[in-house]
Amino acid sequence: MSRASFTSVARAVAWRSIHSYLTNPAFLIPSMIFPLFFFMAFAGGLSSISQVPNFDFPTGYTAFQFVFVLLQSAAFGGVFTGFGIAVDFENGFSRRLLLAAPNRGGIVVGYAIAALVRALVTWVMLVVVALISGMNIDGNGIDLFGLFGLALIVNVAATLWAAGVAMRIRSIQGGPLMQIPVFLVLFLSPVYVPLKLLTGWIHGVASVNPATALLEAGRGFIAGDPAVVVVAFAAALGLVALFALWARGGLRRAEASP
Amino acid sequence: MTADHPASIEATGLVREFKKGPRAVDGIDLHVAPGEIFGFLGPNGAGKSTTVHMLTTLLPPTAGTALVAGYDVVRQGPDVRRAIGAALQEAALDPFLTGREHMRLQTALHGLPPDVRIARTTELLERVGLEDAADRKVGSYSGGMKRRLDLALALVHSPRILFLDEPTTGLDIQSRTALWDEVSRLAREDGVTVFLTTQYLEEADVLADRVGIIDHGRIVAEGTPAALKGEIGRPTVEIVPCAATDREAVADVLGRFGERAGASPKGVAVRLAGGEGQLADVVRALDAEHIPLEHVQLHAPSLDDVFLAKTGRTLEGAGDDEEAVGQVTGETETVAA
Amino acid sequence: MSSALGTQVGHLARRSVVRTFRQPAQVVPALIFPLFLLAVNSSGLSRATKLPGFPTSSYLTFALAVPFMQGALFSVMNAGTDLARDIETGFLNRLALTPLRGGALLAGLLAGTVVVALVQSAVYLLVGLAAGANLASGVGGALAIVALSLLITLGFGAIGLFAALRTGSGEAVQGLFPLFFVTLFLSSGSLPRNLIHTDWFREVATYNPVSYLIEGIRSLLVDGWNAQALELGFGIAAAIAVIAMLAASSALKTRMVRT
Repeated sequence: MSRASFTSVARAVAWRSIHSYLTNPAFLIPSMIFPLFFFMAFAGGLSSISQVPNFDFPTGYTAFQFVFVLLQSAAFGGVFTGFGIAVDFENGFSRRLLLAAPNRGGIVVGYAIAALVRALVTWVMLVVVALISGMNIDGNGIDLFGLFGLALIVNVAATLWAAGVAMRIRSIQGGPLMQIPVFLVLFLSPVYVPLKLLTGWIHGVASVNPATALLEAGRGFIAGDPAVVVVAFAAALGLVALFALWARGGLRRAEASP
Repeated sequence: MTADHPASIEATGLVREFKKGPRAVDGIDLHVAPGEIFGFLGPNGAGKSTTVHMLTTLLPPTAGTALVAGYDVVRQGPDVRRAIGAALQEAALDPFLTGREHMRLQTALHGLPPDVRIARTTELLERVGLEDAADRKVGSYSGGMKRRLDLALALVHSPRILFLDEPTTGLDIQSRTALWDEVSRLAREDGVTVFLTTQYLEEADVLADRVGIIDHGRIVAEGTPAALKGEIGRPTVEIVPCAATDREAVADVLGRFGERAGASPKGVAVRLAGGEGQLADVVRALDAEHIPLEHVQLHAPSLDDVFLAKTGRTLEGAGDDEEAVGQVTGETETVAA
Repeated sequence: MSSALGTQVGHLARRSVVRTFRQPAQVVPALIFPLFLLAVNSSGLSRATKLPGFPTSSYLTFALAVPFMQGALFSVMNAGTDLARDIETGFLNRLALTPLRGGALLAGLLAGTVVVALVQSAVYLLVGLAAGANLASGVGGALAIVALSLLITLGFGAIGLFAALRTGSGEAVQGLFPLFFVTLFLSSGSLPRNLIHTDWFREVATYNPVSYLIEGIRSLLVDGWNAQALELGFGIAAAIAVIAMLAASSALKTRMVRT
């Protein structure tokens, strides 16, 4: 299998996926609007939460929530890509791809590239809105590089997860299965207040949830006070490795399906 | 049934225009007598369903008048609906309800008394052969079962006129034949007037007492199937000799019976000037010339020939349903030679 | 209601309930999703009760009002998509050919939605109370909460029917979900209005009728019998229901143009 065929397959799949994302409002609007909306609702509506005793995040509640929404949009960008793959299977496009593509690994990479482009478009919007609404950034360039790097890895992990589901179920009926676990993992983390202010069962769950490390590292980056960086990157890369295997298994299943 | 309100359908100058697009129905006149099965034949998009929607009061006409069971479809909608039953295109059923639940809902909405509802449900489910499947969700029904339930639902209030909009589209031959039998029985035994739209020539031919052919919103031909076919021509006989060298001799013999017609590459065909009865004479004449025959085929004029003559197109070419392809070959008798 | 009309409404309501409960995809998310968010938010935001002026020491009690609204949102989707499917499949035409009255069709569909909402409300309330929420207004208050949430469901369900009748498309009805979700978020659902510090957000929440629906239910949980909150809650819910039903009736006349 030549390198040229791999890249041309990846490029073709990515182009098509990005094209349908940009030209289909039903795909474009939710993935763009939802993160902005969550940002407004959390950062705007809950800003007084930062005044509860022992809430210690000097960069401000807007930045605190920006990190959550950034990682959430990274994860859901991957899930939306999974929806696209499922739709492609439903309408037979993927079947044609599997038959025609000389290198099928390129198909998965193509979808991942599309997911990254989609996430980048969303993040540009999100950053603009956050800055307009007065978000503080105390981290330096390297910190921000770390923050967005982490988000990119999360995006790749979520894409691989959703692709694995999509290629196994091969129907948009699998949508909830792609979405719900991501939703659960994200919301069973310190969304509104830092981990130390959580009590009861949610504290126990959040303490072992890998999303907590991602959030804490991200919030550390934006505050210019990096924390749990190694744990966060290890968790994110571990998820990528795990879901890469999951997606590869899905591709095998799709190939073997009648 | 009273003289004032016969189970007939009368339409004059019926027109339906939609905001976007041409006239779906462009001034049609119809007369369907009580107890008649009227086949309304045409390709997809010809205006069949729009006509049915107007006649069943679901769509007000843009112009023209129509009396169904003696009631005006515009001014007396509720009276029309009481007199008619309809199974419209795409068996409109709820996949989450059972057949019996559909019947229960339909009988209740038609205002049947509670004790009559159960009896009527049982009777009709039996009649359409769904008693065993009555308590299964409709989502698990085959296409033919859905159509049969659809028919039963249309009959709950014992209508005098029945509208069936493409009742057999998408069904296999067996289901189609079963439905034809039931529709025939309704007309012959119960005196129900049936207005049936179809894009299948065979269906119109087998079932209908009279046929109206609609194309681009206009009726282009109307009459009994036999009269329509008789109008446009005579049957064709095609002979394929065993030896290709005999083709000229065959052509000479056939020339005595009528003018030449198109045939397969190995065969010779003529239109029989004296009709189907000449087939025996043709075979005898060829036998007298000692020409061994491989194949003898009599092709009677079909409704497709009528459609072709009236519109310049075949129904096969005009429609887009692949099911229609198998139906347009007309009536063909093959005699092994 | 005449007996014929009663029969029609009854049978259509029955069909609506039966088909809803035969579609777990309609019932389960409407039960699970609001309760999951309640669990997460009441734990994650429990510290909010430490804010000066927060009306109760139990965030669970404060947040328990929200699932009733989310359940009502699901009823928009369920009622709307069911009717849209009836339009798409031609089932509405079948109904139109019977002596069915338009009002009976809408009433039947809404009655079915309300029955489902009754089950949902009871579940939310029982789960909330079992998890430790207070009910300041007592047993009568529980009935009032259920009544208000049914009235809200009636209004929201009618909006779903209106959308289905206008568009005839299940997808278009589904597209309303995010819109309704936004109105829920931009309300006093997470914090009391006086504790929302971001000015524009507080302003939006003040003009958002959903805030008053939530506050009506919440008053029964947190305060006891608060006449003003209940008047606003029931008044706005009734107004939404009346307007939405009038709109749906008018849309039905256009959709079901039988003569």
